[in-house]
Amino acid sequence: MLRAALPLLALPLVGAAEEPPQKSGSPGEPPPGLALFRWQWHEVEAPYLVALWILVASLAKIVFHLSRKVTSLVPESCLLILLGLVLGGIVLAVAKKAEYQLEPGTFFLFLLPPIVLDSGYFMPSRLFFDNLGAILTYAVVGTLWNAFTTGAALWGLQQAGLVAPRVQAGFLDFLLFGSLISAVDPVAVLAVFEEVHVNETLFIIVFGESLLNDAVTVVLYKVCNSFVEMGSANVQATDYLKGVASLFVVSLGGAAVGLVFAFLLALTTRFTKRVRIIEPLLVFLLAYAAYLTAEMASLSAILAVTMCGLGCKKYVEANISHKSRTAVKYTMKTLASCAETVIFMLLGISAVDSSKWAWDSGLVLGTLVFILFFRALGVVLQTWVLNQFRLVPLDKIDQVVMSYGGLRGAVAFALVILLDRTKVPAKDYFVATTIVVVFFTVIVQGLTIKPLVKWLKVKRSEHHKPTLNQELHEHTFDHILAAVEDVVGHHGYHYWRDRWEQFDKKYLSQLLMRRSAYRIRDQIWDVYYRLNIRDAISFVDQGGHVLSSAGLTLPSMPSRNSVAETSVTNLLRESGSGACLDLQVIDTVRSGRDREDAVMHHLLCGGLYKPRRRYKASCSRHYISEDAQERQDKEIFQQNMKRRLESFKSTKHNICFTKSKPRLRKTGRRKKDGVANAEATNGKPPRDLGFQDTAAVILTVESDKEEESDSSETEKEDDEGIIFVARATSEVLQEGKVSGSLEVCPSPRIIPPSPTCAEKELPWKSGHGDLAVYVSSETTKIVPVDMQTGWNQSISSLESLASPPCTQAPTLTRLPPHPLGAEEPQAPLHLPSDPRPSFAFPPSLAKAGRSHSESSADIPQQQELQPLMGHKNRTHLSPGTANSHWCIPFNRGGRL
Amino acid sequence: MGAAHSASAEVRELEGKTGFSSEQIEQLHRRFKQLSGDQPTIRKENFNNVPDLELNPIRSKIVRAFFDNRNLRKGPSGLADEINFEDFLTIMSYFRPIDTTMGEEQVELSRKEKLRFLFHMYDSDSDGRITLEEYRNVVEELLSGNPHIEKESARSIADGAMMEAASVCVGQMEPDQVYEGITFEDFLKIWQGIDIETKMHVRFLNMETIALCH
Repeated sequence: MLRAALPLLALPLVGAAEEPPQKSGSPGEPPPGLALFRWQWHEVEAPYLVALWILVASLAKIVFHLSRKVTSLVPESCLLILLGLVLGGIVLAVAKKAEYQLEPGTFFLFLLPPIVLDSGYFMPSRLFFDNLGAILTYAVVGTLWNAFTTGAALWGLQQAGLVAPRVQAGFLDFLLFGSLISAVDPVAVLAVFEEVHVNETLFIIVFGESLLNDAVTVVLYKVCNSFVEMGSANVQATDYLKGVASLFVVSLGGAAVGLVFAFLLALTTRFTKRVRIIEPLLVFLLAYAAYLTAEMASLSAILAVTMCGLGCKKYVEANISHKSRTAVKYTMKTLASCAETVIFMLLGISAVDSSKWAWDSGLVLGTLVFILFFRALGVVLQTWVLNQFRLVPLDKIDQVVMSYGGLRGAVAFALVILLDRTKVPAKDYFVATTIVVVFFTVIVQGLTIKPLVKWLKVKRSEHHKPTLNQELHEHTFDHILAAVEDVVGHHGYHYWRDRWEQFDKKYLSQLLMRRSAYRIRDQIWDVYYRLNIRDAISFVDQGGHVLSSAGLTLPSMPSRNSVAETSVTNLLRESGSGACLDLQVIDTVRSGRDREDAVMHHLLCGGLYKPRRRYKASCSRHYISEDAQERQDKEIFQQNMKRRLESFKSTKHNICFTKSKPRLRKTGRRKKDGVANAEATNGKPPRDLGFQDTAAVILTVESDKEEESDSSETEKEDDEGIIFVARATSEVLQEGKVSGSLEVCPSPRIIPPSPTCAEKELPWKSGHGDLAVYVSSETTKIVPVDMQTGWNQSISSLESLASPPCTQAPTLTRLPPHPLGAEEPQAPLHLPSDPRPSFAFPPSLAKAGRSHSESSADIPQQQELQPLMGHKNRTHLSPGTANSHWCIPFNRGGRL
Repeated sequence: MGAAHSASAEVRELEGKTGFSSEQIEQLHRRFKQLSGDQPTIRKENFNNVPDLELNPIRSKIVRAFFDNRNLRKGPSGLADEINFEDFLTIMSYFRPIDTTMGEEQVELSRKEKLRFLFHMYDSDSDGRITLEEYRNVVEELLSGNPHIEKESARSIADGAMMEAASVCVGQMEPDQVYEGITFEDFLKIWQGIDIETKMHVRFLNMETIALCH
């Protein structure tokens, strides 16, 4: 590629390249002194050109994707080929010659491996193995069939005199040509099918075939090539046998090389705990080594890399860190897409080379017709046989797509370029024909396959995200099927899969996985964990606007009820996994105004979090310093987490509360609250928050009415919330004091509370109350009116004692005692922003109110309130919260 | 039936009932006799003789499903003590692959039947709902293969799955509504859009009875 790229890119540089000598030579002195400026084009030429090529390709991609319409109609590969044609035309026009072509060496050594690795590594392995029988049949039998029939038919065509006599080729030559033109190309198939989204079975069959047929292609090509070189007269019967044997050697050998390297790779990543930074590199290096090794031994390199990727993924993913996983994923995708882009562009450019064109209409048309026809025929025949065995037969539409999806691509082109002109006199004709075939399949078939799929109503792949239920059920079913096979005594597919899994669990995983990874290694757990992580990531990525929670949220649902409930779901779900940080609860609480506010709130929270330490520039090559950034991120997450826990809890209180009105709550529930509190207090996610003693899931929702009714209030409150947060942050910063009260505070400290009355009475509560410290302004958002009324009711009994007669009284009673030192400087700060009467109430009043509530006889209700109360009791340590907390309820109460 | 089962009329009757071919029935019958030790019925203990089953984490649930009256279409609840060959075939017919000749409704029906089998396995108290307790139970058993996963996490996974199910099945809930458990309708909803055809069949063709009982 490098050499070939030179003429093209040298063009604009010719002028530049000529100038430097003049410049540097301008002094004219024979011994040039110290040159101020030296032009060293030739030293950087090769890498520079490569970089430029990739840059051009990438820029082209960007341009294509500027228009959605174009890319939705035309596959990218077509566009790239066309671009290549245009570029090639320019080169031809400027340089008057086109030496350039896609170099087979570059293609096989550098461009192909990343694509194959990418497809092998990200191959849905379950699906692949489920359909392995069909894939192998199509790959081996289908490719052989295509090669022989196409070759033979072309030879027949020649015998019939339809091919011009210039094309000097015998039967073996045609067979050779047939072998290279018959293979479905993985690059082209992937490029086109990725955009078509047919159902996954169909995709995996076509795609798997294109990957696995490499072995057959390589063998056929090599065998035919050597036969041609030997001359047909010298071919012995043993050579045919050798040819057949080499098929097994090449394919099985390639697969074995791949598996050996997969094993090595998995084993190596087991020990990278201290050098995380090289983990992604190892993946690429060993996979590439597998490719080169197979190539060296003239085995099927594509098969080797595919197997390597397929085999190692499970263990590698378990071993390497989460960041490395992302790095591997992105690098792999980048490399693959880069290679793919370059391949298609170069294909286009190399087609312009007129010297290669030796056109023969008979040959070209014949080839086109034959490959299409025999492909279709082969597919139909094989499918008919396969359907006798398949549990889910492939129907006619599938067969049409499979026949039509047999795209040829760069592999065929590279192989035909590799032919030796002296041995194969018709090489030029073959090259031209191959180019036409590749262009036809990629452009014409690529363009039409999408409408075809639509028109035929091919079952599309349903893009539902994996759900936990699905995973669980599927696992159960796997076990059931394995058990049924055991019972029936039939050692079928499920039996062997089950056996393999047992073996893997017992030996392989233990050997290849880190102990820490192995311990928690389980698919169900994995899904659970992944869903949680994805929730968190998607949330953060999209700046908090998302509601998409792992296939749970139904965005189409207009009601916020479902949203609220989903958020609870998420919270519950995340509660089991230590690493999960799902931020959605807050945002999904309500629609409209409130959500906007929540987003704002988040933004402020995130933005206002000021690192105590400055970010350090990372100086080490061996570590990505995890300290600064990571810890701060973690802290932000933790805060969010707490907040959400809180809001969840308050939601729950809300329910419980409404429930408790008609009847007394069950003790179990109270206990549950206690447990939840306890866990949350420790900053650990509660494990089984939710269903402790009662098996029922309670989902809360507030009625829509209230939102409508107090939308204006909401607005005001929202503002409050934001102001409050901002201030609170600054407080934290100013005082340099870490108080456990605020969501913005970097590391919440837990302040041991003085036992409240409730705690004394209900021993399980003791020690948990401090959780309530984290009750934030969110509470009021989630539990708006119900809560308020509830509070009012619960405290109505005290109203006679509490001095203010208005409805605000109950909330006021919750006014915390003023902190002794800390709040005084803060109080003036607040005053301008909320000049509410609430502030005028002396702390003593609040105290009085509280004491009343403590003496309340209505214990169950008090339980409901207890966490919140507990919170109030303790807020005196954190002035910011105190204010927010009650300004908002107060405001609400007033409106009501 | 058992040993008496040789009359071709009987075989044909079974064919009609279960949809198996006569060779399959014969093969299954051979296996049945092997399992039962030439007795006319199979009891739970007989399943202990299948060595391959031992590794199955949800073994007890599966064996139980064989004796479940609901699966045997004999009653709304309860367990049978022993099953005869016809019952055995009934259970097996749940896993029959879809025929190419089947119409749309039949395919849908067969899918439903398969899901019902799974549902019954979860719903151990036959009350028509998978309650949280039952769900947890299943998940715990599913995960029991891995000794490192604590019960706690199994529970939280079940909890998460339950919440997920609730959110999928019950779009809107009244404030005081309690989600009691997954009903069969909900269960179908969860499976909606998921292609199960490849995941729920056992090939009964060309069976060879290789697994031996000790």
